[in-house]
Amino acid sequence: MKRIGLIAITAVVASAVSTAFAFADDSAAVRNCTWCHGTGAQGYTVAPRLAGQRPQYIMSQIKSFREHARDNPFSKQYMWSAVAALGPSTAYELANYFASIPPKPANDGDSSLASRGRTIFMDGIPEANIVSCYACHGPNAEGIRDIPRLGGLAYFYIKARLEQWGQGYHSTPGSPMPMAASHLGPQEVEALASYLSFVK
Amino acid sequence: MRAGLRLALAASFLAMALSAGAHAQERRAPAASGLEAKLEYCKTCHGLQGQGYLGYFPMPRLAGQQPDYIEAQLRAFIERRRSNPVMRNVAHVLSPAMISSLANHFHHLNPPPFGGAPRGAVAIGKRIYDEGLPEANVPACSACHGAEGKGQNEIPRLAGQLYPYMVGQLTGWSKERGQGTAVDTSAIMAPTAHNLTHSQVEAVAAYVSNLQ
Repeated sequence: MKRIGLIAITAVVASAVSTAFAFADDSAAVRNCTWCHGTGAQGYTVAPRLAGQRPQYIMSQIKSFREHARDNPFSKQYMWSAVAALGPSTAYELANYFASIPPKPANDGDSSLASRGRTIFMDGIPEANIVSCYACHGPNAEGIRDIPRLGGLAYFYIKARLEQWGQGYHSTPGSPMPMAASHLGPQEVEALASYLSFVK
Repeated sequence: MRAGLRLALAASFLAMALSAGAHAQERRAPAASGLEAKLEYCKTCHGLQGQGYLGYFPMPRLAGQQPDYIEAQLRAFIERRRSNPVMRNVAHVLSPAMISSLANHFHHLNPPPFGGAPRGAVAIGKRIYDEGLPEANVPACSACHGAEGKGQNEIPRLAGQLYPYMVGQLTGWSKERGQGTAVDTSAIMAPTAHNLTHSQVEAVAAYVSNLQ
């Protein structure tokens, strides 16, 4: 009995300590994000899922919104002002908080295109100078460092991003993505976005 | 005067016809077959100046690399003597003429090293590179790769090579290179890679990754 009591107390203290280091789900800073990015930060309509995203990537994107390098219409309309008052330490804590939430796949692509999308993701199409996505984004599209996790992001979001690079948006210096995306045709974009929406 | 005008008109028509012809030819030729398009494809992963890139995997520097080495490695990927999930697909569509054009292009690029290696063991790395480790049967790297790490013929340039790529190759040499039954030049390096400890590998990798 005494032992169970001790375990219970330890558990309460541990959970109190762990929430003290991260944000509570209902903190104002988190709510300002999840208002658009969805319950549990799983993404909602045009706002991408943040749950499970690489923290370095989230921070690099906050920076690119602040510096107006990420310049597609929705970013301009929503994110430029959303991050304007965000200090570096809050950005760091938010990025780590969202990264720690287990991501759920959107599952909203065309399932009949998924296997074609997987082939393009893994092998590219060397004859058409389309590079393998796997080389940078990893075997399960999990991302690494500031290279984003793509697995399970919404079909609409992946499709829009790939199209935007082809249209000249997001000209981050040193990023290979404008070059990588410019070789993709509409069918390849459809297939990749469909496949990725199902990746767990 | 009139003749001059007619001549000018004729010349401008000719110029238009020629440029239209050139334009049509440009559009007819699929981008996939051009050297420029293929170079863009290589540089998407290997760095926009061929300086290498860190994706999920480290993509090696190709800038300044020996053309014979690039050609030999592309052949090794095609013949599965060097195992790599991405590069076999990349290599098998390249014609011999395309391979030599690509190798020649990368050989003449000279961007600064990618950087990012830990600094602590550079001095030890330089000593191993210049003198080897006689007690461990490790010859001086400089004997084959050159005092400045520029390589020669099929022996690769190491100067400016990415640190994580060097570490990965030297620690996994026999798992990636010299696969199958055919013996290739990678066999020369196998005992040396085997005889280096992990910290010695890291030291040499750090040293060469900083060389211009």
